Amino acid sequence: MEGTDRMTPVLEIRGLRLAFGAREVLRGVDVRLEGGAFVALMGLSGAGKSSVLRAIVALEPFTAGTITVDGFTLRPGPVPRESQLRALRRKVGMVFQQHHLFEHLPARDNVTLALVHALGMEKAEAERRAMSLLDALAVSPRARALPRELSGGEAQRVAIARALATDPPLLLLDEPTASLDPARREELGGSLAALCRAGRTLLVTTHDVDFARHFAQQVIVLADGQVAEIGDPAAVLSRSSHPATQRLLQARPGSRAS
Amino acid sequence: MAQRSFSRRRSWRIPAAAVFLLSLAGVTWLLAAHLRSREPSHEPPVLRWGGDPEGGAPYVEADPRNPSVMRGFDVEVATAIAHGLGRQPQFIPVSWDAIDQSVRRGDFAIGMSGVEDTPARRATMLETIPYYEFTEVLTVRAADRGRFRTLADLRGRRIGTLGATMAYALLMKASGPDGFTTVSYDDDVHPYEDLKSGRLDAVVLDNIIAARSMRQVSGLYTQPVPLEVGHYVGVMAPGNGALRNRINAVLLARMRDGTLERIFKRWNVWNERQAVFEARLIRDGGHGTVAVGPSLPVHRGVLATVRRYLPALFAAAGITVVISCGAMALAILVGMLIAAGRIYGGRIVSAALLGYVELMRGTPVLLQLYVIYYGFASFIRLPAFWASLIGLGLNYAAYESEIYRGALEAVPKGQLEAARTLGLSEPQILRLVRGPQAFRLALPPMTNDFVSMLKDSSLVSVLTVVELTKQASIFAANSGSWVLPGVLCGAFYLALSLPLAHVARRLELRWKAPTA
Repeated sequence: MEGTDRMTPVLEIRGLRLAFGAREVLRGVDVRLEGGAFVALMGLSGAGKSSVLRAIVALEPFTAGTITVDGFTLRPGPVPRESQLRALRRKVGMVFQQHHLFEHLPARDNVTLALVHALGMEKAEAERRAMSLLDALAVSPRARALPRELSGGEAQRVAIARALATDPPLLLLDEPTASLDPARREELGGSLAALCRAGRTLLVTTHDVDFARHFAQQVIVLADGQVAEIGDPAAVLSRSSHPATQRLLQARPGSRAS
Repeated sequence: MAQRSFSRRRSWRIPAAAVFLLSLAGVTWLLAAHLRSREPSHEPPVLRWGGDPEGGAPYVEADPRNPSVMRGFDVEVATAIAHGLGRQPQFIPVSWDAIDQSVRRGDFAIGMSGVEDTPARRATMLETIPYYEFTEVLTVRAADRGRFRTLADLRGRRIGTLGATMAYALLMKASGPDGFTTVSYDDDVHPYEDLKSGRLDAVVLDNIIAARSMRQVSGLYTQPVPLEVGHYVGVMAPGNGALRNRINAVLLARMRDGTLERIFKRWNVWNERQAVFEARLIRDGGHGTVAVGPSLPVHRGVLATVRRYLPALFAAAGITVVISCGAMALAILVGMLIAAGRIYGGRIVSAALLGYVELMRGTPVLLQLYVIYYGFASFIRLPAFWASLIGLGLNYAAYESEIYRGALEAVPKGQLEAARTLGLSEPQILRLVRGPQAFRLALPPMTNDFVSMLKDSSLVSVLTVVELTKQASIFAANSGSWVLPGVLCGAFYLALSLPLAHVARRLELRWKAPTA
């Protein structure tokens, strides 16, 4: 059953286990995201945040559990062929930490590629759509630039536009704050919050406590391959006594006094 | 950043080039000194003579019982000359079409291997008096013996011969009025095989070669009326006149005492024509019958010569370009398929393709050309042009496929993952993301290969295609010198390859991957 019912989760992960060889990175992760939520997935480096995202978009096989995105369920075992993932690809967009913009295409064509070739949209219409997305993210002046000519912040916004092009209800962002200065981080938070208000569901990995506290509606703390804590950012990130969250708060570089 | 690394590279390039040139000069000087020291000032006890063992019997061949020993009538005549001079013969193997250059360099004193007396050779080299009179004869399929009696009967047909010979010059002169196509070969065996298989309708060559080939290839017939008369001579370096005169005296003496007659009879090439010819030569003391010494005005000035050969060189350069481009297009297409098959195909497909790549890279392209043109002739008779294009293309495809495979594998995984999350299918990812990015990585090595292809295309002259190098060597054979044809030929190749390298550099800069 699909629907916009707020009680139907857009993303439901149950008992997710994932291993790289003998090393088990995720050891039973449960996550449930309601439609329109802005959730920060936190944890120290190596906690398995990125692995969760990669499992959701079927780039990483997992050993146990299920992942259901808006009615589409992934099961343990080898990653299915792309032809069997068509429905999933329409439901979830991904913004990589390194952006992975297509190096040989200008910004605008990065956004139109999936529209034209995966959705079969007319080129002119795809270009109109791309320009409005780039405009909303304030990078339309750079539409003709090649990825290597873009600054880090610009490339990130183009990558967000590319992920949003096919209008997926769920958007994943892997460490979007990692290479941004504070001003850019505020802008990004504002843009993401706006997407969220428009009904999009966001799952964002970050170890930036301030960013999570300011913009996320919910925080999930991963530690040792499991969910250590889950809850309201203010509560989790201010009063938590959980050792994993404590470590996260202490590791915060140049932390603002609160 | 890029600017600085470039200038740094250039700054060591100049000293490196200087060091290279200096060491080259040094090695050359040492070699020259070494060679000079080996040449004693007094007369050597040996007579070094050069011949082409590939010419085969009855001229010069390796003795089947002991391949280190040469035999043939040229071998015996050379031996008779050496003994007449009180020396021991020493054989120096040389490729037939390089005899003149080699003797001029001083590799040996005299070249004799069915060397023809031609105006060009007379003008640029020293010739001995002729020691054998041959005829150019027309050989056809036995079934056509009544139909093709003369060159005029062969209008619109293809006639084969050995390149850079008197027979070739004769055909070139007659092809205008008689309207046939002359096909030039690098050896004198394949023309007769191609005549039998139908690629040719006639072959014009020396009567000795025709007689030999008739014994080896069945179903052929040689017309009895000769097209032209020619003479075999010994060729010597200009300035070696004293030795030439002594050799002439020895040759005349061996004609008088019947030694040459015995030699030619032993090799089954004696005939009534020789008896008349020798008698005339002995009577005239080696003069009169054949003009010895410069006779035809071959030197017409550099500009006139260039103007005369330029159209032919342009046409040949066109052939080089067409074959290179066609073969490269085929190599790119097949190379892409092989690369895709090796990456995306199953284990069996991948192993089979690897086998193909190793076979093509591990065997000489010359051999592959022979196999495609002659080896496959029994079931598919490709025209020389297409055999050349396909042969070069399939060979280069192996190299291209390795470039593409490397380039495809060098496309960052993140690019492919991003494409997958966008919902592109695997074929779309290859076509829209992986392929285009790999192409940019593959372009520089591809350009290198294309430049190599331009030059390797000269190999197809063995399949009778007259391309740039072949045309230059015909030019050289006609004019008796490699200097001008060599310079022109090199200039043509440079004119073709330099713009290509320039375009490639431009594209490379434009597509340069970020260095981050």
